[in-house]
Amino acid sequence: MSVLIDDITCRELVELVTDYLDGALSPADRERFEAHLQICDACVMYVDQLRSTVTAVGTLSEETLEPAARDELLRAFRDWHHKPPKPPNAPD
Amino acid sequence: MNGEPFQQTADDAALVAALRAGDEQAFVTLVDRYNASMLRIARLYVRTPALAEEVVQETWLAVIQGIDRFEGRSSLKTWIMRILANRARTRGAREGRTVPFSALATADAAIGEASVEPERFRARDDGEWPYHWAAPPRDWPEERLLAGETLQVIGGALDELPESQRAVIRLRDVEGWDAEEVCEALQISAGNQRVLLHRARAKVRAALERYFMGDMATAA
Repeated sequence: MSVLIDDITCRELVELVTDYLDGALSPADRERFEAHLQICDACVMYVDQLRSTVTAVGTLSEETLEPAARDELLRAFRDWHHKPPKPPNAPD
Repeated sequence: MNGEPFQQTADDAALVAALRAGDEQAFVTLVDRYNASMLRIARLYVRTPALAEEVVQETWLAVIQGIDRFEGRSSLKTWIMRILANRARTRGAREGRTVPFSALATADAAIGEASVEPERFRARDDGEWPYHWAAPPRDWPEERLLAGETLQVIGGALDELPESQRAVIRLRDVEGWDAEEVCEALQISAGNQRVLLHRARAKVRAALERYFMGDMATAA
């Protein structure tokens, strides 16, 4: 089995970075991917920049729940727990 | 992915026990963690914000009512998202959202789309370095990466993404969900999830590159 014939190219590598970061590449592809990074500074930079992008996207803020909506849900939760339990064969 | 049985976390186990005991604080914790995301997810399945709110409320009720039957074979979050997706999908079908989100996402993932413009690589028949970089990426000013203006550029890039890509990158990278949770919530395959995520990330990276390299002509 010859792996060297199928050396990965830069153009292919840039499509595989998320698969690589997620651990979704096959062992053989992972090996080819990492072998390419050993010899290609430009692809190392691309992977680093994609990682930096993920980090930066992760600093965006999320909106939080309005208090009114939360109170309503909490009321539902209380009501449910004050009810007697359903018989086991009751439909959902 | 590695085939090992799912291990329930201590956090999940404690939350489940508290919910079963009727602990309101545990419920509030869950609602604060997931409600905003669930509303956005529900909006992918139904036409209006009001319907999305209904679906999310129904989901919380189903969670409260079903917590005794939760077996811990997935994370609590994955279980909640599965309930949400099932309800939202059923409701979306009944209300007639034109195309279900999962169908849209699957179709989007099937379209060929390059992460980096093909012109930036040498030709396939290049004698020396076929398909290697012709215009490689250049160094970024790392100190500017988390600056307020940069985050606006990122926010703008996310807004420009197709709905399916935006949904995946928001959950994975903004909210830090894992792949399985996203697949459950959006009802997409693991492979399509990665394709959509990668395209989204590649576009945000490209937007940052344009911004850092001062080529604002295309970023307007």
